[in-house]
Amino acid sequence: MSTMTLQEPARRFEELLGHGAVITDPVRLRTYECDGLTHHRVMPGIVVLPESAEQIAAVVRVCNEYGLPFVARGAGTGLSGGALPRADGVLIVTSKMRRILSVDAANRRAVVEPGVTNLAITEAVRDLGYYYAPDPSSQQVCTIGGNVAENSGGAHCLKYGFTVNHVLALEIVTPDGDIVELSDGDPGYDLLGAFIGSEGTLGIATKVTVRLTRAPETVTTLLAAFKDIEQGGQAVSAVIGGGIVPAAIEMMDALAIEAAEAAVACAYPEGAGAVLIVELDGPAEEVAHQFGEVTRICEESGAFELRIADDPAERAAIWRGRKSAFAAVGRISPAYIVQDGVVPRTTLPEVLASIDRLSREHGIRVANVFHAGDGNLHPLVLFDDAEPGAGERAEIVSGKILDLCIEHGGSITGEHGVGVDKSRYMSRMFSDEDLDTMQLVRCAFDPRALSNPGKIFPTPRLCGEVPGVRKGVHPLVESGQAEHF
Amino acid sequence: MKALRHEAEALNKTGVTIREADPGDAVAGVPPRWVALPETTEEVAALMRVSAEHDLAVVPVGGGTKLHWGGPPERCDLLIDTCCLNEVLEHATGDLIVRTQAGVTMDTLAETLGGGGQELALDVPLDGATVGGTIATATAGPRRFRYGAPRDLLIGITVVLADGTVARSGGKVVKNVAGYDLGKLFSGSYGTLGIITEAIFRLHPVPLDRRWITVELPVSGPAASGGARSFPGGLETLVAGLAASQAEPSAVELDWPDVRGGATVAALVEGTAAQGRALAVQTLMGEHGTARITGEPPAWWTAPPGEDVLLELRIPPALAHAALRAIAARELPARVRGSVASTVLMIALPSDVGEPAFAEFVSGLRGDLGHLGGRLTVLAAPRELTLRVDRWGPASALPLMRRVKERFDPGRRLSPGRFVGGI
Repeated sequence: MSTMTLQEPARRFEELLGHGAVITDPVRLRTYECDGLTHHRVMPGIVVLPESAEQIAAVVRVCNEYGLPFVARGAGTGLSGGALPRADGVLIVTSKMRRILSVDAANRRAVVEPGVTNLAITEAVRDLGYYYAPDPSSQQVCTIGGNVAENSGGAHCLKYGFTVNHVLALEIVTPDGDIVELSDGDPGYDLLGAFIGSEGTLGIATKVTVRLTRAPETVTTLLAAFKDIEQGGQAVSAVIGGGIVPAAIEMMDALAIEAAEAAVACAYPEGAGAVLIVELDGPAEEVAHQFGEVTRICEESGAFELRIADDPAERAAIWRGRKSAFAAVGRISPAYIVQDGVVPRTTLPEVLASIDRLSREHGIRVANVFHAGDGNLHPLVLFDDAEPGAGERAEIVSGKILDLCIEHGGSITGEHGVGVDKSRYMSRMFSDEDLDTMQLVRCAFDPRALSNPGKIFPTPRLCGEVPGVRKGVHPLVESGQAEHF
Repeated sequence: MKALRHEAEALNKTGVTIREADPGDAVAGVPPRWVALPETTEEVAALMRVSAEHDLAVVPVGGGTKLHWGGPPERCDLLIDTCCLNEVLEHATGDLIVRTQAGVTMDTLAETLGGGGQELALDVPLDGATVGGTIATATAGPRRFRYGAPRDLLIGITVVLADGTVARSGGKVVKNVAGYDLGKLFSGSYGTLGIITEAIFRLHPVPLDRRWITVELPVSGPAASGGARSFPGGLETLVAGLAASQAEPSAVELDWPDVRGGATVAALVEGTAAQGRALAVQTLMGEHGTARITGEPPAWWTAPPGEDVLLELRIPPALAHAALRAIAARELPARVRGSVASTVLMIALPSDVGEPAFAEFVSGLRGDLGHLGGRLTVLAAPRELTLRVDRWGPASALPLMRRVKERFDPGRRLSPGRFVGGI
């Protein structure tokens, strides 16, 4: 759609939202041309900054009138290009919708607007003895609306689960522009569960009811240094095999440690070929017992140094290196690709050895940071973008790592989402029938494919007319005058 | 007759064992014509292709423990009995996952997993229930408070659609956001979207130790004589205290056998330090009565409070007491049991309750709950009781649900009429 044809919808949006809430100036549009995956860039046709669900619904209805695709965006921290705009469409940015609408400790829930940051929820309820459990690394800036779209996890999802396990209800604007409530208490299909993680392709969340989790009695964090990644991996297997479910269990290899040291001087034990961070939380007695077990296992697996943190400051010191790892690789490499594949935990040693082999074969360094407890790898594929051919080689290594994940029965993405970045790998993980079936859901919600098109699916399905004997619901049922029982 | 023979021949040609149905096969009072006993996903797909070709209505059944739940099907030609899909396909102990066929009973699954010191952290309210039936009805027991429902533990699913398409989503890893999660959509879908043939679950290690702590709450105040306003004393405070307790109970259950009398509250703690944590819970409960710690659950633990006339109530936890008072005020001999901290409660009424009283109870209670943000569904009730009652109650996203059904089953051949809004 040409700029000319976007003028009319832009005028309509200004009528609906006011002049200041509609951006068409190319210089200002550039702010929104990518999300956290910066090598995919598209200038959006129009950006709108609505303040309410009603405004979003009105914008979406105008999009329907003109057949304009629309994309929702929170803070733009996503790492799969899920919020990559459309040049011929509208980017709906939720940054003005940042109110915490209610906190209800007695019912262990809070209702927030989609632009509220993940951490802001915890900050609002901490004094009441509660917190919001999912904790993606970007939690200081990422929004709950984006978390819902991506079904975000975080280091602690091993024990506590993902966004989908912590959202009790959503108000959404459907791709048709209707405002609908999806609630876990409602009878019928679990559309709440289907919507969370659908990457903005089934509509836009405008209100989120989250579950609040009671802060645990005790939290203990332990850092163990090993001479190599095999020893660390052995410790992870023994911990999980021993019936312990830590709140988090994270590993970094030598190259990732080197990067973190360069960036934040985390002062991890010198000479460590791998560090393991284990966090235990829960009732004090339970944690004390598990701590004894984990310490013993780490020592038996060859840990040469153990550090223990019992207070928030010490804990932050241990986590600093891990949480800075992605950004830190910038210190040791001009460019990098972050992957997000998952493998069954028991195949970790084998997969890491294969990654090492790939790295050597292609002359591309790979730093490994991973959620070891659930087999979620975050290999950082390092390259120099000034060196001819290096980017291509990095892409090859990156793709082969995803192939390894699929071969071992894993997934191409554990928490970053498919977006535009990995849609081409979906056919390697799923059959055409699987993908077509998923798209039945898409067609039910969004038959015109206007809501975040071009994401997740390698080949969009044409929704068309539904075949079958009986078409639609009986008009009397549809109008509410009759019911099937 | 000729058409019937033709359809039977087509079903037989699939090579799947087919038998004529008998009265015992009826689905909520509606008898099917044939029963098929497939052994693999491919056999289910073959049956579904024949059913599509001949416009046969299909209802899946596992252990049959909840076949009387939901509305009676508008029509039912073929019952697909999953009893022969009975293999646990893979238990990867190191990865804490299990892949199983849908007809495996939850008991058999528990036995297999127990051998490796692991469990699927779902309690099974009805003996003989299968994996597929548990997912399709989204049933869970006391430990839903800590571990959630089937949707929270299901990480992969294989289904056969109305046209015979075999589709999978999820996989063998817990952390996985690739593609839509069809497992969520099929959880609690009552056989209306497709036939579940395989499931992959995340598992948990069996806790080293378990303790149940139980307290009886007598009727308090002037109403102790058994008046309409009688209510178990201290229930509200106790449940709130338990739910927020850092002893982290896995379950907080209520058994209220007679709404004119007292109730029992029981909590479960699991782990290596279960005894120490049980003592903390006992102290909390001690403020309300004499609390006992046992190594075995109370006799009523996990079991539904009744069978033939069974309702499910969901409400925000802090309003549970208000809902319970509303039930008591209806003055029917209701028995209430369930997860009071979560709050999913089951209400059983006597099977001779009568249509007028039943209709008044359901519509009246829905009216009371509406103000509180609660929902009441009729899980099971004979057809004659539900003539004036919508079993499911209102669902705000019903138009979207209808659109999903229309895409998955345009011919309305899968458990038609069994589900919300007549889906």
